[in-house]
Amino acid sequence: MLMFIIRRLVQTVPVIIGVTFVVFFIMQLVPGDPAVLLAGEGASKDTIEAIREQLGLNRPLYVQYFDYLMNLANGDFGVSLKNSQPVLDEILVRLPITLELALFSILITIVLGMGAGIISAVKPYSMQDVGVMLVALIGISLPSFWFGLMLMYFFSVKLQILPVAGWDSLLHVILPALTLGAGGAAIVARMTRSSMLDVIRQDYIRTARAKGLRERLIIYKHALRNALIPVITVVGLQFGALLGGTVLVESIFAINGLGRMIVDAIRMRDLPMVQGGVLFASLIFVIVNLFVDVFYRFFNKRIELN
Amino acid sequence: MSLEVKTEQPIVVPQSIIQPKESRLRDFLSIMMVNKAAMVGAIIILFYIFIAIFAPILAPYDPYEIQLENKLMPPSFEHWMGTDDKGRDILSRILYGSRLSMGVGFAAVAFGAFFGIIFGLVAGYYGKWVDSIIMRIMDVMLAFPGILLALAIISALGPSLINVTIAVGAFSVPLFARIVRGSTLEVKRLEYIDAIRSLGANDFTIIFKHIFPNILSPIIVQGTLRLATAILSAAGLSFLGLGAQPPSPEWGTMLSNGRDFLFSAPYIALFPGMAISILVLGFNIFGDGLRDAFDPRMKK
Amino acid sequence: MNEKNKPILEVKGLKTYFTTKRGVSKAVDGIDFTLHKGETLGIVGESGCGKSITSLSILRLIPSPPGKIAGGSILFKGNDLVTMSENEMRKVRGNEISMIFQEPMTSLNPVIPVGEQIAEALRLHQKMGRREAWAKSVEMLKLVGIPSPEKRAKQEPFQLSGGMRQRVMIAMALACTPEVLIADEPTTALDVTIQAQILALIKDLQTKIGMGVIMITHDLGVVAETCDKVAVMYAGNIVEHATTEQIFANPKHPYTQGLLASLPKIYEDQEELRTIEGSVPSSYNMPAGCRFASRCPYQEAICTAQQPELVEQSDGSKVRCWKYTEQWTGQVEQEEVV
Repeated sequence: MLMFIIRRLVQTVPVIIGVTFVVFFIMQLVPGDPAVLLAGEGASKDTIEAIREQLGLNRPLYVQYFDYLMNLANGDFGVSLKNSQPVLDEILVRLPITLELALFSILITIVLGMGAGIISAVKPYSMQDVGVMLVALIGISLPSFWFGLMLMYFFSVKLQILPVAGWDSLLHVILPALTLGAGGAAIVARMTRSSMLDVIRQDYIRTARAKGLRERLIIYKHALRNALIPVITVVGLQFGALLGGTVLVESIFAINGLGRMIVDAIRMRDLPMVQGGVLFASLIFVIVNLFVDVFYRFFNKRIELN
Repeated sequence: MSLEVKTEQPIVVPQSIIQPKESRLRDFLSIMMVNKAAMVGAIIILFYIFIAIFAPILAPYDPYEIQLENKLMPPSFEHWMGTDDKGRDILSRILYGSRLSMGVGFAAVAFGAFFGIIFGLVAGYYGKWVDSIIMRIMDVMLAFPGILLALAIISALGPSLINVTIAVGAFSVPLFARIVRGSTLEVKRLEYIDAIRSLGANDFTIIFKHIFPNILSPIIVQGTLRLATAILSAAGLSFLGLGAQPPSPEWGTMLSNGRDFLFSAPYIALFPGMAISILVLGFNIFGDGLRDAFDPRMKK
Repeated sequence: MNEKNKPILEVKGLKTYFTTKRGVSKAVDGIDFTLHKGETLGIVGESGCGKSITSLSILRLIPSPPGKIAGGSILFKGNDLVTMSENEMRKVRGNEISMIFQEPMTSLNPVIPVGEQIAEALRLHQKMGRREAWAKSVEMLKLVGIPSPEKRAKQEPFQLSGGMRQRVMIAMALACTPEVLIADEPTTALDVTIQAQILALIKDLQTKIGMGVIMITHDLGVVAETCDKVAVMYAGNIVEHATTEQIFANPKHPYTQGLLASLPKIYEDQEELRTIEGSVPSSYNMPAGCRFASRCPYQEAICTAQQPELVEQSDGSKVRCWKYTEQWTGQVEQEEVV
């Protein structure tokens, strides 16, 4: 187990380096000369040259990349082009909000998804199963940005029971978290169902029946524990989609998180900010995946050896 | 936006599909006849394609024509889906928008599939270090959460529908590569590939004439499900103002516009969203049905 | 022989059918047998003959749908298990009738400690407290010969070997001292030395508890070692029912004869095992006549026309074969059957 964690950690290093490389490389795609952009229109050749010198843009790419890596290692994510503040500072202000949103959303994904999946699996091919699975299928097809707007219209405009936008109280969390968590919940529900149906066919469930256990106990004690193991991985991967989804949901509900920061930065062509935001979110995702893998491995070891 | 994950389990070619071409088409048709769900999905998709092709004939108004005297009209007999803030007919805009929204989806998936299939085939066929390098690169691309990779690409290339296509397509590359690689490994093991090789066929012939046709079904399944996601992602990016720009009748852009009138004219946002949802639902149903039909292991 | 008291288990005309898209599969099609206290009945046959379905039917564990007990009765101490309510049935399962399954590797829940898997039945049926049930399950593990049972009880199945897992299965099945134990191929998945140990263990515990055992197997060696009487099943029917001595000394049904002939003989230098030629008829489409007719070396006109009944012979054994009836002409020249 320890060996696995170490090996997995070692595997993560090249992925992280790869991510930094991709982010660095994408910024090289920017059309035009960044020095010219920075200097602004009508700047003299000398000014541009000076900026180029100052930013080290006249050095070979690999040197620049190495520099970039070194800076990252020192916690230097660059400086915003708009307000000249360190990018990391801005990220650290925004991050807690996004993490809070993500956490509530993943909670909705897990509770709603697993609950619906179990309801479905308990009576396969019944009305309740077909109904839940139909809702789940629609759930994965809804665009979150539309779903969010419709929720907002219904609960905030029509019924006026929830705030329209912002991030001030727990009430403000409900709609964004529901918007962000719903799609994942649909996926988790489908996964939970198929995993449960798979487990219910296993020999050890028959053994449990042969013992004379009640159906309820068989499902919640014997089947569910096994069925949820593969679902863990899906939830972990869902977290990545969720981080991406914050971009849309934060924009809809006017939440000043990391996602909205990235979108605003793109609009204002503040590249270091975009770079930093995307990189940071990706690092979080890589780390979450690492945890999920170890977690899954820990639970799955017993089953693999079977 | 949150269904990037759905096809994580590799879809592997079942033995049964290794068979001549004519019967594959016939199988495909018979699958469609038997699998009612896939049929429903196919009908929805065909309906949208029909709309996209005949939009100029079907649309009652010019989607760009501004008639300020008719602005913000709720749905009526003259304007089935109402009009927007500039008096444009929403129905006509949605009909025309199908070309953009579906077009971006198809183009992005085609782009992703093209590179993904090549990477996957090469990685699976040659194995060893080629495989390691390609798949590690794919892992890195998958390490970006959700549409953030697309966002990064757009931030560099600038907002436009074409850049959205590239960005969304790029995100599909590793997903196709993974599935194609898995299936290639499976097919490569079959005896008949060895036999062909011993007959002196070169790698290119083996890969494209013998392996590729046999891994089509997982590619089709993946492609269908990716289309659903790609359309959602592209519409989402346009919604954020990073793709199609107003006055383009792209659905995401329309939705973004409708958001400003959510209080007074909710139907502006309602209909484009429904158009996206139903189309994506069609692709999801169709993809699910295909997967059930192609992959016997996934069946009940 | 066993005392001729009332049998504890009496299966009469049991039919278990599966309804699928392909039609109705008559997996078990009218079988009868009885089991007395302390007795071991072997049910023998090839895979797919319905022997496992029979055992699952007794505990009403047939997956339904598609399976269904379509007829007959299963009298356990006079009560019919077929018509019993699900609630009452649960009190029988694992308590009065328990079962050992053939796959020790997959029949234990991988995420629950084995001690708990034994203890939960005790808590349920014997109304034991947590502590008492745990102590008893450790005791059971000791009884089935697992070293350091206190430690093993806390472990999960993946930490145990195949032989040990099967011992756990036995401990689990016997924890509530059942009156009937159904052992479905209890040793197939195990290697030969462990096989012998497990069989000896079951035999030993049987004499201690005095339960009736139904030994389901395709292995005539296991039958010879453990059973008092044998029912030979073929395509959902019992074709021969006799004592173990009778089966081995004087097999009557051509199928039984074939099975015995296919046993490897130590003193013979055989190149390959003899097998019975032909294949079992589809359970979806049973022939009108004798189900073995197509593979039978003695086949006559009547064999394919009408199904024979299970008829009691002068020595007390029962055979389902036209050869042992008055309708038999004997005109077809007989081949030598070894």
